Amino acid sequence: MDLSYSGEELAFRDEVRGWLAANLPADLRDKVGDHEHLSKEDLLRWHRILAKQGWVAPAWPKEWGGTGWNVVQRYIFEEECGYAGTPPLVPFGLAMCAPVLHKFGTEAQKKRHLPPIYNGDLFWCQGYSEPGSGSDLASLKTKAVRDGDHYVVNGQKIWTTLGHYADWIFCLVRTDSTAAIRQEGISFLLIDMKTPGITVRPLILMDGGHEVNEVFFENVRVPVENLVHEEGKGWTVAKYLLGHERMNTGRVGISKRELTKLKAFAARQNKDGKSLMDDPRFRDKVSRVEVELMALEITNLRFLDQMRRTGQPPGADVSMLKIKGTEIQQSLTELMMYAVGPQAQPFKPLQADDGFDAFAASLAPRYCNTRKTTIYAGSNEIQRNIISKMSLGL
Amino acid sequence: MNFDYNEEQQLLADSIKRFIDKDYDFETRKYVASAEGYSAEVWGTLAEMGLLGLPFSPDYEGFGGGAVDLMSVMECMGAGLVVEPYLPTVTAAQFVARAGSEAQKKAILPAVASGELKDGLRADRSRGALRPRARRGRGEESGAGWTLDGVKQVVIGAPQADQLVVSARTSNDGDRGISLFLVDARAAGVSMKAYRTIDELRAADVGFKGVQLGADALIGKPGEGLAHIEAVVDFATALLCAEAVGAIKYANDATLEYIKTRKQFGVPIGAFQALQHRMVDMVISWEQARSMACMACARVDSEKDAGERKRLISAAKIRIADACRHVSQEAIQLHGGMGMTEEMKVSHTFRRLTMIAQQFGDADHHLERFAALDKVA
Repeated sequence: MDLSYSGEELAFRDEVRGWLAANLPADLRDKVGDHEHLSKEDLLRWHRILAKQGWVAPAWPKEWGGTGWNVVQRYIFEEECGYAGTPPLVPFGLAMCAPVLHKFGTEAQKKRHLPPIYNGDLFWCQGYSEPGSGSDLASLKTKAVRDGDHYVVNGQKIWTTLGHYADWIFCLVRTDSTAAIRQEGISFLLIDMKTPGITVRPLILMDGGHEVNEVFFENVRVPVENLVHEEGKGWTVAKYLLGHERMNTGRVGISKRELTKLKAFAARQNKDGKSLMDDPRFRDKVSRVEVELMALEITNLRFLDQMRRTGQPPGADVSMLKIKGTEIQQSLTELMMYAVGPQAQPFKPLQADDGFDAFAASLAPRYCNTRKTTIYAGSNEIQRNIISKMSLGL
Repeated sequence: MNFDYNEEQQLLADSIKRFIDKDYDFETRKYVASAEGYSAEVWGTLAEMGLLGLPFSPDYEGFGGGAVDLMSVMECMGAGLVVEPYLPTVTAAQFVARAGSEAQKKAILPAVASGELKDGLRADRSRGALRPRARRGRGEESGAGWTLDGVKQVVIGAPQADQLVVSARTSNDGDRGISLFLVDARAAGVSMKAYRTIDELRAADVGFKGVQLGADALIGKPGEGLAHIEAVVDFATALLCAEAVGAIKYANDATLEYIKTRKQFGVPIGAFQALQHRMVDMVISWEQARSMACMACARVDSEKDAGERKRLISAAKIRIADACRHVSQEAIQLHGGMGMTEEMKVSHTFRRLTMIAQQFGDADHHLERFAALDKVA
């Protein structure tokens, strides 16, 4: 048993770390560190820097621009990015649509869609959830009816992250309402967001931010060549994507960065003439999160080591990483908010005011926003259902 | 990076697992626990399997193993709830192996390896935590030797021990005033109030009244005991973490099996989501605890910086203690009334996990040490 990275892996980590130090623009790093809003341009700027380096899509097949890194290298890369504080790579094109096209797409679909995804020329979003179909996704109602060489799409998607930036959306739609097994009536469609009949309406979250949307489809005509895999096989495609999750579901790198920040910040906070970090009640909470994060990192590495040796996809283990990772993210934002105490209550100045502490004021909104992590991408309860069924046989 | 046991470690794990499945089933264990608290036959088997000498150098009939080699052994002992004083013996012998004179090593280590000798680890009063600054035993130099006075409380394995390793204050020089002694458990002036612990181990409060020790009873140099105590207790804590992981795994397996078979309302109770999610959380606790036990066993021997070693071991013990408490309590709840009974092994696992959570310092003790050793930017 050896928990440390090999010499080669350490050299790779140092290479990535050195490159990030030299190539992550300071203004982007600061924006990420301060949890400021990232514009479409911010996200794409970082995407293109990585694309130029050839590192934007490590998991893709080599002929399409993949790096050929193994699972451990990919994990190291993602964790280093998280720790360094890079803007996130928006997954909808790179890590969701692209793997689907690699697996199920026609040559024409690959040629048309993969290069603009790689280069960051076209922005994608995901059309899965509907107002009546959240955890029970297979109940979705958005309809696509064949009409000549088009499908005519009617219905509504919701929680469409960055839909307001997107050029394209991939959607699960119902092409057959009579299928005996409801999963078999679902198809996977690629839709150009500029098609007439599409309306995007913002859903503002409780932190005041605009990241998700509702997307309405009214007689939207989609060419049949935009169907991925066969008609009625959309559920197979969606399930494939679930097993194709990224290596850093636990987001250990980002949480390590946040923990470091929390400790440094709390150490400077004064409580009754002493550092807040000397308050045992606060300190114990921080230590317990730190220990949980140490354990999660090792658990993550154990799963990776197993994947590397067996060549098997991670399966239900990913659910465990998601549950623990998101619980840790939430604890960290909560502790950060507690650390500033009442200073977390100011939100927005009513008029320009030099004395306003923007950092402190960002902590309560961040706490509010982070509540989403245990709900999105399959709520943590759904993740527990998955483990219960797949690993425990219950 | 490699989280697997190597071939030798796996073979060892397989052989002890076979032994426990075949010759140390729950009924046998109950008998052993209720009779003498250990079986000479089992002890002999442990010696034959090479487990007793595993961590000693080959110069003293050992196999030169480290904590990682012992990890699989301890996981099996935890799953099987072995009551023989294996950990106390291995731990106490570590003092001799690390700090003892050549003569002490020759006298003690081969005898431990062959199963002839059992050592008792001295522990202190209160919550099983070793608090090196609160030693009660006092050693005073008398001519060529020492006189030992004082009381040690809750010394696990003491009633069965042939030799005791005792820490005692030999000067008032703070951290530099603690020395270690090898004491014959039957020496004049040694008395024991022996008892069973709730998890059916044997322990005693050991009294020392004017116990006369020769100069050769001293382990290491006078006044230099504390660093050895910290290093050996960290080593033992890593092993205890591995034992906990084995016991937690048993509790989870037994609970999963139970909720799949126990029927109410016409269905197995494992069909209810309220129980499924709790079961999943128990499994996650085990995975997280196992990660920390791997870390503790892999790093306790290799980490050269004592401060960092202590910080890592404390981190592991915090997580293990929390997992012991979480899983043991949930296992009983999910077993319902049956889990409360003496006849179910899971109730014994509950007791063992409850004690492990406290042994060598509970979560609060280690939270304190972890925080004190943290380097805040």
